[in-house]
Amino acid sequence: MKSLAGNQAQHSIAGATVDELLRAIETEHPATRGWILDERGVLRRHINVFVNGELGAQDSHVESEDRIDVLPALSGGA
Amino acid sequence: MTELLVATRKGLFALAGEPGGPFEVVDRAFAGEVVEYATVDERTGRLLVSVTSPFYGPKLWFADPGGDGWEQADGVELPEGGETALERIWVIKPGEADGVVYAGGDPGVLFESRDGGSTFHLNRGLFDQPSRPKWQPGAGGLCLHSIVTWPGEPDRLAVAISAAGVWLTEDGGASWRRGNSGINPRYLPEDAPDDEVALCVHSIERAAARPERLFMQFHGGVYRSDDGGGSWVDIADGLPSDFGFPLALDPADPDSAFLIPLAADVDRVTPEGHVRVYETRDAGASWTPRGKGLPSEDAYLTILRQALASTGAGNALELYFGATSGGVYGSADGGASWFEVATNLPPVLAVTASAGSGP
Repeated sequence: MKSLAGNQAQHSIAGATVDELLRAIETEHPATRGWILDERGVLRRHINVFVNGELGAQDSHVESEDRIDVLPALSGGA
Repeated sequence: MTELLVATRKGLFALAGEPGGPFEVVDRAFAGEVVEYATVDERTGRLLVSVTSPFYGPKLWFADPGGDGWEQADGVELPEGGETALERIWVIKPGEADGVVYAGGDPGVLFESRDGGSTFHLNRGLFDQPSRPKWQPGAGGLCLHSIVTWPGEPDRLAVAISAAGVWLTEDGGASWRRGNSGINPRYLPEDAPDDEVALCVHSIERAAARPERLFMQFHGGVYRSDDGGGSWVDIADGLPSDFGFPLALDPADPDSAFLIPLAADVDRVTPEGHVRVYETRDAGASWTPRGKGLPSEDAYLTILRQALASTGAGNALELYFGATSGGVYGSADGGASWFEVATNLPPVLAVTASAGSGP
């Protein structure tokens, strides 16, 4: 994912929800389209998002200094 | 020299060797990824590969000879904001017109590229079929797994979907009609309506030397069509089971077909512990088992729908298949005898074969 996002592992993005942040990443780095959110706009099943270390969801509210981690889940890759 | 692309649950393996002799793994790509299908477009040498990441979803990749490595194809996705997402790409097939490449996938969708596979567009004619809400997935999903083209007729296609039957177009996919007459699904009630679409086709192939002839492996049934896929006749008599997935044909002989029967839909392994390829040379009137050199004792293999391939024709026909247990087997004499190509690969999902360029 880093290589698709301008070779940066960290990004500072404005938004009120996890969904807004993920869509902003897609806008800023179009190569990431389809990798985290599918074409329905739904977070892929085996991708987890964490808000300040806590497991979150696509509609989780975020504040300006929050840290969001986007990580592959343990559940995939059997 | 023959080259095989073996798609497995743990990456793509390129094997090369002389027919009948040992093959070597000469390359591996997408290590650890589920590679659904891989083929080479012999017009350009471009490799086209379908990969389904459990994390990041299905992607189609291509690489050109002497190029800079793998690139992701654009457009392999369903409409944004819709109710369904692309699950996987089951098959990639070069078309008849220059630059045309097709890809078929789940949920019963067809993509077309006009630039050799760099960018694809969804075929809306099939996607918008009014009966689509009634289409049901098979055990592997709602997969469009077979794409048949006709030389000299670039707008003509047949596709097969599990479990939505055969669909035919003569106008480049703008309109489609069903091609299911004569198919008798045992899993439906006898009084099911004639326009029932829940038909679990497992694979179809067209005879090269008789363009209107197609063969079909069905979910319980083996059929032949002599009218371009419009209607089908049962040709399963003489087989140990009419259940199986892949089929292959000899391009030189329109009466030929090769199948690998599995015991039953509830027991998807080679029957009675014997691995045998069944061959017809009379359009399905009779079938002959071909097992010389194949495992013949306590061998319960599963061979999936894309895992049987051929290259060459007539006396030079070569056949190759891979099993989910990781073995790949080949025949350099049209199925008369077999040899081990590889024994310990990951579960094999698909095999394609081509005449290599040599050492």
